[in-house]
Amino acid sequence: MANTDVEKREAQSPSGTERTRSRRVYSPRVDIYEAKDAIMLVADMPGVDEKTVDITLEKNVLTITGAVEPDALEGYQLAYNEYGTGDYQRSFTVSDEIDRDRIMATVKNGVLRLTLPKSEKVKAKKITVRAE
Amino acid sequence: MEEDGSLTGDRGPSQRNEPSFCENQPLGSAGISSHEHLVQDHNALVTAELPGIDAKDLDISVIGDAMTLSGHREADVLKEGESYHRQERGSGSFARTVRLPFRIEADKVSAKYERGILQITLPRAEEDKPKKIQIKSK
Repeated sequence: MANTDVEKREAQSPSGTERTRSRRVYSPRVDIYEAKDAIMLVADMPGVDEKTVDITLEKNVLTITGAVEPDALEGYQLAYNEYGTGDYQRSFTVSDEIDRDRIMATVKNGVLRLTLPKSEKVKAKKITVRAE
Repeated sequence: MEEDGSLTGDRGPSQRNEPSFCENQPLGSAGISSHEHLVQDHNALVTAELPGIDAKDLDISVIGDAMTLSGHREADVLKEGESYHRQERGSGSFARTVRLPFRIEADKVSAKYERGILQITLPRAEEDKPKKIQIKSK
């Protein structure tokens, strides 16, 4: 199919677990790139805004989730459809060098941008030896 | 259940298996997913998931019963010393033509773009609406 590569991908849930809400969950497409002092993550999540997106970092697993409420379009009947509406979820493992306190996230036009700053190198501690 | 009753006002049920809207080309090249249509009696609503596009980079044109949506999305430009770990999002131009089962009132088409979703309302042209004929009886 010509447009297979643009279809939304359903997210995989960890084996043996199920979500409590029976909504479809999609895995957002992401770009991840590394700059000198940060790792940037950009995710396409149409339908989410800053209130419905959620980012957690637990141990070294970064999870982004987004809830999408389907528009209630009264009086309209669906005639044709090519995409499903559902929530988003995707997890990544990140290295320990992320500075957790300075993670920044913005959402604009359904695109989430996450800045994961690298922590400053653990400064070499100088131990002074005192003479007794 | 009348699945598409309002749509088929001027089409027979035998045509139901065929989509009432023709797809000319996939919206796909920009890696941007696709659209859906909804219909009301005299309105059609087309929605498209188009994350991360400037509204000024979207173009909607209407001729007769066809609506063409086109636009483009810029790729992020990496600075010196930056490198991709993964690149899954698409960029580039796309165009899509949707044919409705009625003529569109081009002056009354409206569109809004919110949270990366474009919603276009396409009202049916006045002269294309079915006329109700009054029957006189004496």
